[in-house]
Amino acid sequence: MTKQVKQLDRVIIRFAGDSGDGMQLTGDRFTQQSATFGNDLSTLPNFPAEIRAPAGTLPGVSSFQVHFADHDILTPGDSPDVLVAMNPAALKANLQDLKKGATIIVDSHDFSGRNLSKAGYDHDPLETDELDEFAVHSVDLTSMTVEAVKEFGLSRKDAGRAKNMFALGLLSWMYGRPVDPTIAFLERRFAKVPDIRDANVTAFKAGWNFGETTEAFVVQYEVKPAPMPTGRYRNITGNLALAYGLVASSVQSGLPLFLGSYPITPASDVLHELSRHKRFGVTTFQAEDEIAGIGAALGAAFAGSLGVTTTSGPGVALKSETIGLGVMLELPLVVVDIQRGGPSTGLPTKTEQADLLQAMFGRNGEAPVPIVAPRSPADCFDAALEAARIAVTYRTPVMLLSDGYLANGSEPWQIPDVEQLPRIAPGFATEPNHTGEDGESAFWPYLRDEETLARPWAVPGTKGLEHRIGGLEKNDGTGNISYDPANHDFMVRTRAAKVERVAETIPPTEVDDPVGPDGQGARVLVLGWGSTYGPIGAAVRHVRNTGLKVAQAHLRHLNPFPKDLGEVLKRYDAVLVPEMNLGQLSMLLRAKFLVDVVGYNRVRGLPLRAAELAEAITDLVEAQTGDEPLTTRNQETEEVR
Amino acid sequence: MSQVDLPNPGLRGVPVTEEPLTRKDFASDQEVRWCPGCGDYAILAAFQGFLPSLNIARENVVMISGIGCAARFPYYLDTYGMHSIHGRAPAIATGLATSRSDLSVWVITGDGDSLSIGGNHLIHALRRNVNLKILLFNNRIYGLTKGQYSPTSEPGKVTKSSPMGSLDNPFNPVSLALGAEGTFVARTIDSDRKHLTSVLSAAAAHRGTALVEIYQNCPIFNDGAFDAFKTPDTRDEAVIPLVHGEPVRFGNDGDGHPTKGVVRDRATGRLEVVDLTEASEGDLVVHDAHDEDPATAFALSRLTDAGVLHRAPIGIFRSVSHPTYDDLAREQVETARQGTEDPTEALAGLLSAGDTWTVA
Repeated sequence: MTKQVKQLDRVIIRFAGDSGDGMQLTGDRFTQQSATFGNDLSTLPNFPAEIRAPAGTLPGVSSFQVHFADHDILTPGDSPDVLVAMNPAALKANLQDLKKGATIIVDSHDFSGRNLSKAGYDHDPLETDELDEFAVHSVDLTSMTVEAVKEFGLSRKDAGRAKNMFALGLLSWMYGRPVDPTIAFLERRFAKVPDIRDANVTAFKAGWNFGETTEAFVVQYEVKPAPMPTGRYRNITGNLALAYGLVASSVQSGLPLFLGSYPITPASDVLHELSRHKRFGVTTFQAEDEIAGIGAALGAAFAGSLGVTTTSGPGVALKSETIGLGVMLELPLVVVDIQRGGPSTGLPTKTEQADLLQAMFGRNGEAPVPIVAPRSPADCFDAALEAARIAVTYRTPVMLLSDGYLANGSEPWQIPDVEQLPRIAPGFATEPNHTGEDGESAFWPYLRDEETLARPWAVPGTKGLEHRIGGLEKNDGTGNISYDPANHDFMVRTRAAKVERVAETIPPTEVDDPVGPDGQGARVLVLGWGSTYGPIGAAVRHVRNTGLKVAQAHLRHLNPFPKDLGEVLKRYDAVLVPEMNLGQLSMLLRAKFLVDVVGYNRVRGLPLRAAELAEAITDLVEAQTGDEPLTTRNQETEEVR
Repeated sequence: MSQVDLPNPGLRGVPVTEEPLTRKDFASDQEVRWCPGCGDYAILAAFQGFLPSLNIARENVVMISGIGCAARFPYYLDTYGMHSIHGRAPAIATGLATSRSDLSVWVITGDGDSLSIGGNHLIHALRRNVNLKILLFNNRIYGLTKGQYSPTSEPGKVTKSSPMGSLDNPFNPVSLALGAEGTFVARTIDSDRKHLTSVLSAAAAHRGTALVEIYQNCPIFNDGAFDAFKTPDTRDEAVIPLVHGEPVRFGNDGDGHPTKGVVRDRATGRLEVVDLTEASEGDLVVHDAHDEDPATAFALSRLTDAGVLHRAPIGIFRSVSHPTYDDLAREQVETARQGTEDPTEALAGLLSAGDTWTVA
């Protein structure tokens, strides 16, 4: 039959099923297909902390949301246009996020007695009118999959497990995705188990063919490739980009990379990835605990490596004492915190930005460390390079604050030209730096560079520079133990001044503030940091589309701030600071600049919703200016719907 | 850069010194600040005297310590050194030793540092067999915090924090190290410079983690804890010398002949101390430090008193050759690096691997 082809500018699809249903893989494949096709995209995996929560229950639901478009987009989207629900629990858990008119493709196979009650249904929702406001396609995906793959002689259970590929095939047909990459992927992945390989490929093709032939689906959709700057692209998650950024830091500094780490969600993938790149001289040490992970990294830094430790919030808490030691020793060290929901064990697989103050102050004594945060999955690459640059240049631990959303979310990444990457100069000390009154030359480990205030980095094996460092207070210059009150005061201030010096090498705050028809800029600034960049950008676009003026700026450096930040804040009548915490950046801004910023705070374990944020921005702009939106607020512009 | 020749595998990869060094070369300009009479002085003197014998470059020696009285040790040696934080020295030293094959890495620790707060790092260093030499100064008390009981204090010890007597069962550091399958485990005494030096030499020669427990007197908070091993009229009864290949015998009949020995009970398999007779002489356990199975070494370690010390085996309990973590880690990196082109090209290849597409 001939199917109608409808053009769309963008689509949000959410694949949802049991945590054993392979939804992450399905979403990832759909994403890769869309990337290869040339759409811009953004993804949001969302899964339970349990590896296999009880099958068919609400806590066991795992989902993967992918937003793809024919133009530049910033977020995985608030509300899916299409929900693929593989069982009753997946339907129930995700229904609340759908707007009227959304499409639901549901595997009807498990909509019976016990499976319904496990999901908390006392009836079959497919048999009532409760889904009437949605376009529901109820299809027995499981049975069709089993039927399609019966020639391979698999058990019914194994045959049924290919249903995710059937669903992927169906969606691939609906949105005209290229299929070859996925077939090639399945052939690689299951190369050693031919019957499983063949069953998955067959189920995938069967899903495609079902879409093409059935009368249940009459429309095929087309989302054209997005215009992007010329270049070579790949799709990349934040953790992968971060790991690559660390490898690049090693290559660009000529320092061997030493990672000391202990497995923790959502940071373990960085350890996994780096352990595969030993050919770059990368050593990965899976330590006995978080403390040993950072301890070994610090030991390696003393020995002249680029020392790195990767963890999440609970791990940072354990590493605090060693970070303090690093502050005292003044050795380069990159501490990567992939933030997750807290406190305590919190929400291991969900995202949050509530470790900012821990990064800032979570140590005894005056122990400042520079803090760098990436804004998007691909940006994790550049942020890692920047963290390494600061650590090596200033001989200091640096906190790199990513989060669970950036870690697992993905977007297209324009592959950088390696020749253009910044160089990092270790500048090891090679000779004595001081001549005593007796005319003898000596090495003073705490004699500082005048420009950076960094101390010399003399590694063991360098003749004549033997010295001792430690956690006790140092005498300025000699580095010998000192309990002198004036010296302590001086050293505390000097360590703080050194971190402040980092600001000399930070670019000024980039403010996006288009001049309006009245020749004036905005009176309200939205200022964010980290992974809220996407939702803030989407919300700001929406507000501007309604005719209101609003400025946006996003911080990569949280400590020290860019030198012009105070002046920037004071240019605006109001500053809105959206964060996935209860106002941690707000607190820092108020303390430092005496500016009464307005917080917008959500700690739901999920990225901010652009639509809600847009309303908050609109309210603030209206309150400050008396202006009102020219278009109605509910109009669906851009990503806000 | 020349290398120390075998048979000193522990120092393989460490450059030899260009000119002969003396004890003075290893003394830093810092004033030593332990309490008068502290056993640490004797250990420091022995260590400074021993280091030149290794014939390695001074700048390739690194001392890592944690927190405690013993942890001041690195400040007094003119080598590279780090006085780190409580209990973490083995972890820091693991990173150091793994990232550099040309360093001789020493960890200086005490019973509180390595067996309380740092217990985890100690057992994992031993398990991994990183090429580190761990000198555990055991004074059976917390000195720096002024006299609380430690994890090696005898049960019932009355201290500031245990006025009615401590309730804790102590660790036997040698048993613990053997339980973690340490490849080199020894015990020596601060005041016996000759024995201490011989054990340090053997530890330095060992490739892998060496754990040397040094009985060390704290004259302020636990004075006399090891007097049984030092007083002439009790010493021979207290020290059970372990010598590889020799029957385990001790005591003194007044003419310098041993009076006691260690035998294995045929029924239970336990080791026991018996009076030496012609009959028992033939049954004596012959010490085999190179035994792969640590069971007998462990059994020997159990002859140590758990309470106030009157008797303990002294010497090298175990010295076996196993692959070391740091060698294996470097080997993996080296294997992976073989054939790797210019790093910049390799990086470009890494970044553009996988599914890519081009926008023209």
